[in-house]
Amino acid sequence: MPISHLSHWGLLVTGDPLLYGADASIILASVGIVFVLTYFKKWKWLWREWLTTVDHKRIGIMYLIAAVLMLFRAGTDALMMRTQLALPNQHFLGPEHYDQIFTTHGTIMIFFMAMPFIFALMNIAVPLQIGARDVAFPYLNAISFWLFFFGAMLLNLSFVIGGSPDAGWTSYAPLAGLHFDPGPGENFYLLSLQITGIGSIATGINFLATIFKMRAPGMTLMKMPLFTWSIVATNILIIFAFPALAVALALLLIDRIAGAHFFTIHAGGLPMMYINMFWIWGHPEVYIVLLPAFGVFSEVVATFSRKTIFGYKAMVSSMLVISVVSYFVWAHHFFTMGGGVSVNSFFAVASMLIGIPTGVKVFNWMFTMYRGRIRMKMPMLWTIAFIPCFVLGGASGMMLAVAPVDYQFHNSYFLVAHFHEMLIGGVVFGMFAALYYWWPKVFGFILDEKWGRWAFWFWNIGFYVCFEPQYALGLMGMQRRMYTYPSGMGWTALNFISTIGAFLMGIGFLVMAGGIVYSIFKGERDLTGDPWDGRTLEWSLPSPAPHYNFAVIPTITDRDQWWTLKEQGKQDTLRPRPEDIQPIHMPKNSAKPFLIGVAFFAAGFGFVFNWYVLAAAGLFCIVILLLVRSFEYHSDYHIPVDEVVHTETALGRL
Amino acid sequence: MKAGKVRRRTLTYAGLGAAVAIFLTGCGTQFQLLNPAGPVARTELNLFDISIVLILIVIVPVIGLLLYIVYRYRDIPGNTAPYDPHFSDNRVLEFIWWGIPIIIVAILGVVTVRTTISLAQPPGSTSNASPMTIEVTSLDWKWLFQYPGHKLATVNYAEIPVGVPVQFILTSNAPMNSFWVPRLGGQEYTMPGMALRLWLQANQPGDYYGHGANFTGRGFAHTTFHVIAVPMAKYDQWVKHVKTTAPALTLTGYKNLAIPNVVGELTYSSYPANSFYNTVMNDGGRFMPSTMQVETSLHH
Repeated sequence: MPISHLSHWGLLVTGDPLLYGADASIILASVGIVFVLTYFKKWKWLWREWLTTVDHKRIGIMYLIAAVLMLFRAGTDALMMRTQLALPNQHFLGPEHYDQIFTTHGTIMIFFMAMPFIFALMNIAVPLQIGARDVAFPYLNAISFWLFFFGAMLLNLSFVIGGSPDAGWTSYAPLAGLHFDPGPGENFYLLSLQITGIGSIATGINFLATIFKMRAPGMTLMKMPLFTWSIVATNILIIFAFPALAVALALLLIDRIAGAHFFTIHAGGLPMMYINMFWIWGHPEVYIVLLPAFGVFSEVVATFSRKTIFGYKAMVSSMLVISVVSYFVWAHHFFTMGGGVSVNSFFAVASMLIGIPTGVKVFNWMFTMYRGRIRMKMPMLWTIAFIPCFVLGGASGMMLAVAPVDYQFHNSYFLVAHFHEMLIGGVVFGMFAALYYWWPKVFGFILDEKWGRWAFWFWNIGFYVCFEPQYALGLMGMQRRMYTYPSGMGWTALNFISTIGAFLMGIGFLVMAGGIVYSIFKGERDLTGDPWDGRTLEWSLPSPAPHYNFAVIPTITDRDQWWTLKEQGKQDTLRPRPEDIQPIHMPKNSAKPFLIGVAFFAAGFGFVFNWYVLAAAGLFCIVILLLVRSFEYHSDYHIPVDEVVHTETALGRL
Repeated sequence: MKAGKVRRRTLTYAGLGAAVAIFLTGCGTQFQLLNPAGPVARTELNLFDISIVLILIVIVPVIGLLLYIVYRYRDIPGNTAPYDPHFSDNRVLEFIWWGIPIIIVAILGVVTVRTTISLAQPPGSTSNASPMTIEVTSLDWKWLFQYPGHKLATVNYAEIPVGVPVQFILTSNAPMNSFWVPRLGGQEYTMPGMALRLWLQANQPGDYYGHGANFTGRGFAHTTFHVIAVPMAKYDQWVKHVKTTAPALTLTGYKNLAIPNVVGELTYSSYPANSFYNTVMNDGGRFMPSTMQVETSLHH
């Protein structure tokens, strides 16, 4: 049989024209970036304003840019896979290359697209929604970002240096162990996720502290906007779930680089333990990325229906119920491990139970629209598109929760269709709704509606054309993760249709990007700070918000504070009065978070190739940087009253 | 206008009915999951049908209601629909939409647990024949079937008699795979160092497609096998034929099979004593409850 051989014994991956293309494009892009920065004399600007920033708004923007770029990268992976599968017995990609691509597709989409996207939204919206000037630990926030960034760099580097991981995004042992998967690819996976995971745990702690300790006076927990509530639920999940992943990754890494036997076949290793630990993180992870989308939909649906959210208390409690129950469903990812009747029954019923609070949320969103006035702006379009998609995905999810039925659907394209329906229809649609919704707040201009609608329809039609046939393919017995399939199984036509759908989504992405570029130049400027007639505090600020967010911290009396004040015609109460302005305490920028990221990158790279001198040097630098930070006593400063008054006057708020 | 509305509704129901009928009855044998050839796959399909009906009770009204609400309350000049910006609470409505999912999950949960229990038992035999055992070892990238009753072995295909419950005892001598014959029933993992049991049975003769379902690396796409169900008389003939004509699987032959590669179908008239048991023991020796007894009684 033809099994091609990509060589990854040398440092650079060779043997495939696609890879040379990637090498060339990476070099060209890097040269281009360096040239532009030098030509326009922007190096200093980049360093001062961005690389050393601790401002949550800028960190949010950097997360956002990274997430969109990673969506592009992993989306390209997806299109390559769909091209390979469009027809049976194709040789566009060999098995090794295909295996690498589906692995990086999943890994990047979850860790380096969905995660930074939700972190972007947290950073952009949470402090503004709760009336805070920054997060609780701005310096730590910057460290989180740079750990994510350099983790992502490390994984992406594997494509051209050393070879990508190829054991699936779940990286099951023993397949991912050294015996069956030599070479650095799998090490890239383990180290990049470990590095970004540290950042994620820190973000979880950071935002819980921010939300619990830094709300404006009067904002009790039950007066918090629902997006902020969703971030509470998500961060509770993060701080309890990510450590399980960190341990699983660390043990597998020790197996690989130090010859231990935690998850090997021989010498008493327990491969199934890795799978359990992975999913103890993995299922909560689904809700870590989904709950913020729920929060976004709650904000958008109320704003664009001009109506109070229906069942606020039920919305809050359902999110908290989901965040607790989602810890008790992990084994539904492997009902077929032979756990026995009692194990499968428990996890089947627990998985179905999650459907109850989730279903309630759908009803609440719909009854928020009921007796409202629905404005079909881009954020609302994405929200409305989300509901049927999510309901269908939820329906197939209920079927998969029925353990005996899952014996038939497990690892089939039925499953692939299901989780893409949840992760695209749920998470990505939610992120897009948020992108259009908060874009004016972040950048000061509105994304063009016409481009947006074209992108919307390409995405939506493409989505159903791509994934509904995959349900049928599952019923026809097609397994996931096959790099090719024989003709004569009846799978060809549906696969071909599915590929067309994938490319429609690809066009949707390009149109969306085109819309962003168009809007940068021609988009409607947001001069009011409140382009959507919003309800929550962030819309009371100018767009973009000044560096310190609130010149005077507002006092909260109502859940939809801004909306209520507008109803009463008292918007001016949220404008600062000169006599109330005091010096504002802010954190100083710092280069150390960036340098810590570099040091982690060096250490990770060293471990990937077993170059322990480099690894040790990286770890040593991390310790030094942490020590230096502990002896730094002047990490903050005060913005004088004059400067605040000056800024606010320029914004027309005084 | 009224007639139009009625006709539209009739069309909707007809379309919905057709869709349901397709799912419930199966369409074309290429939809393997909808064309069960044995009691296990049949039970699983029945449960799938029940779950579809229960879920349709929720999702059809939801999608209908969504379309209605979005249409009726859209923000256009002159829309006469009521506007009530503070309507955010209704005890009765909330009881309904907490209640309905709870009832549906309760029903689905009970059916699920019952079926889970029943599928752990051997399926009802149609021929009074006592159940038989086949030991399955997944290798990179092939399937080894050992018949302890006849001491013969095959690679990438298995013959079974129609109407006889077969317990497949599953293990792996390579990274975990999953043993799946869609038309006979759902899959189960093959794990190194463990022996799991999966009951399957074919009620009609046929050549059934089987495939590894859990990713095992480069050759995974080629881990296809066939389960060929034949009437008892023909099965006995096949056994006799294999015993007289096929070569023996030696220890060296077994080691060669374990080398990662892709091979075609192979047949052996015998295999090294206790090789399945030893494979499980070498890698950890964990047995699913009562598979240990099966193994011990077969080999010792």
